[in-house]
Amino acid sequence: MGKNYSLPADHELFPEGTSRCSLTKFSIWMGLVGAVALWGLYAAFRVLAEGLGVTALDDYFGFGLWITFDLAVIALGAGAFFTGLLRYILNIDPLKNIINLTVIIGFICYSGAMLILVLDVGQPIRAWFGYWHANVHSMLTEVIFCITCYLIVLIIEYVPLILEQKQLNKIPVLHHIAHNLHVWMPLFAGIGAFLSTFHQGSLGGMYGVLFGRPYVLRDGFFIWPWTFFLFVISAVGSGPVFTVLIATIMEKMTGKKLVSWEIKTLMGKIAGAMLLVYLVFKFADTYAWAIDVLPRSGLTFDQNFYQTIYGKWLLWSELFLCGVIPCVILLTPKLRNNPVLFYSAAFLDCAGITINRYVFTVQALAMPVLPFDTWETYAPNWAEWGASALVLAYGAIILSLSYRYLPVFPQERSLNATKSN
Amino acid sequence: MQTKEFTIKWGMAIDLDKCTGCGACMVACQAENNLAPIADASNKIKVMNWITVYELSNGKPYPEHDVAYLPRPCQQCGHPPCVSVCPVIATDKNEEGGIVSQVTPRCIGCRYCMAACPYHARYFNWRDPVWPGGLEKALTPDVSVRPRGVVEKCTFCHHRWMAAKDKAIVEGRDPMDLAEGEYVTSCTEACPNGAITFGDLNNEEHEVAKLASSKHAHRLLERLGAHTQVYYVSRREWVLRQLDNYLEDEKVKG
Repeated sequence: MGKNYSLPADHELFPEGTSRCSLTKFSIWMGLVGAVALWGLYAAFRVLAEGLGVTALDDYFGFGLWITFDLAVIALGAGAFFTGLLRYILNIDPLKNIINLTVIIGFICYSGAMLILVLDVGQPIRAWFGYWHANVHSMLTEVIFCITCYLIVLIIEYVPLILEQKQLNKIPVLHHIAHNLHVWMPLFAGIGAFLSTFHQGSLGGMYGVLFGRPYVLRDGFFIWPWTFFLFVISAVGSGPVFTVLIATIMEKMTGKKLVSWEIKTLMGKIAGAMLLVYLVFKFADTYAWAIDVLPRSGLTFDQNFYQTIYGKWLLWSELFLCGVIPCVILLTPKLRNNPVLFYSAAFLDCAGITINRYVFTVQALAMPVLPFDTWETYAPNWAEWGASALVLAYGAIILSLSYRYLPVFPQERSLNATKSN
Repeated sequence: MQTKEFTIKWGMAIDLDKCTGCGACMVACQAENNLAPIADASNKIKVMNWITVYELSNGKPYPEHDVAYLPRPCQQCGHPPCVSVCPVIATDKNEEGGIVSQVTPRCIGCRYCMAACPYHARYFNWRDPVWPGGLEKALTPDVSVRPRGVVEKCTFCHHRWMAAKDKAIVEGRDPMDLAEGEYVTSCTEACPNGAITFGDLNNEEHEVAKLASSKHAHRLLERLGAHTQVYYVSRREWVLRQLDNYLEDEKVKG
């Protein structure tokens, strides 16, 4: 039988029954993303070779863009563990249509965060001390252990998808491994949910225990400050819609329907419900902070804000524009079913969580706690932006390769067949 | 709030009414503790100074204008914000006279301790330390040189205590019962006005213990509960008000 030269050269690797763009077009796209990655790699090289002095971080801002970025992507990557929990443990079957994407996004977010952390610690070669000389009192220790274990779980969840690649799946042993891993997936989903809950919480707890920083200090429940719970709930309140946004961006770029509207709105409804729970606690927390933590520290509410970059508008935007409004849209069927409103709500939800992680990281440090100290400002420089862009490019590369060669979207064939009819 | 207490509690009392802000303490500290000069010192929050002198102002126009200078070493907190957060136990509060230690070879440079410290007393080595013009020959042999990528801080010149203890042992005396002045920090020694007093806060015969219990002595950010071992002495109310975040209608304690 003669070859069909109108198909892309790598069409034998595509998922069963799907079509993809030409290899040339794909290579150009990968070249563009690769150029961004190269810029990021150069930044990473400079940081590792010369030290963190090449960044805009200083003794005031030990944490900056990278930690904000890490916290944000880890929160937004929460779609993986939460959707896995709902799909495998609570048996919400329709989520099987988006679970693969959530796993890939989770993997990208977590591995990308660890990539950044390698740059962010001053002594990356000693990073293993976190396991060897673990301080059980430090929330960061819990984060180190949980994030490592959870990344392993994500790899285990990602492997079956890779083994299901059309050509790989023809090899009997790989086929059986993939099948058996699927059988065990509820167990890994459970372990993942447990690990992720604790490290999302510990990331929040890291800030809540800083009793020298009244901006983020929170009293709490047993050994956990409130921020422990706020970070967990805010992550599950935004992770699902972040997955939806990524799916929609992929649809726009590929010109194909990949996930049905029903699944997207289901994810939105789930995120909206969790966002509502989060907002109840967040408003209560903000009130308690303003009337209790601040006066105890000798500070007034107004003293916590400064000019534009650390202004009150951030708080109000986080609570109302990026909190209450998307929550109402996502929970109201009529509004949720309007695509423009739905996607806007999803975006605002993710933006709100990012603002939250920004103010907890940067504003908390910028605020003068010593009465004779002054506000300091921080703006990341090219090295920090470059390394962050490296992670975005890395994510785009993983997603592009996964979409092109792996059966990521179970609905793709049926949705696009319907479209062509 | 849990506070660690030990037999000896090294502490400092700094008289803000005597301090002229000359900076001798900063220079002495830099030389004693092998702090590398920074090539570009224009960024003052990326520069190594384990002790920093702040200028305080009462904010009033001349002729009521008044200033004070506040040297700020590590406060050696009894309940340190930095210790519990370190993931690798690179910093600890132990029996060494209640001095908060910093184990450089164990520090991974995560800078969580810096985020936790409200006094900005911790410093990060942003670049490789370089001593130009053969200055490395003048390094203090008892103090290790820290590499790039670790956090460092004032240790009350801990090596001087080790030397004083060694001397006492050689002379057949109890190393845990040093006389006043046998062990002092380099900043204490360098202060031309005697504004800094150093000694054992638990020993009532030491001057520092008397000064610390004076009604004019206050601690920085006392209400946060860090239980610091550095006391500031002043007879000026506006100065004392600036040591903690006093609300407008609050009266100064003492």
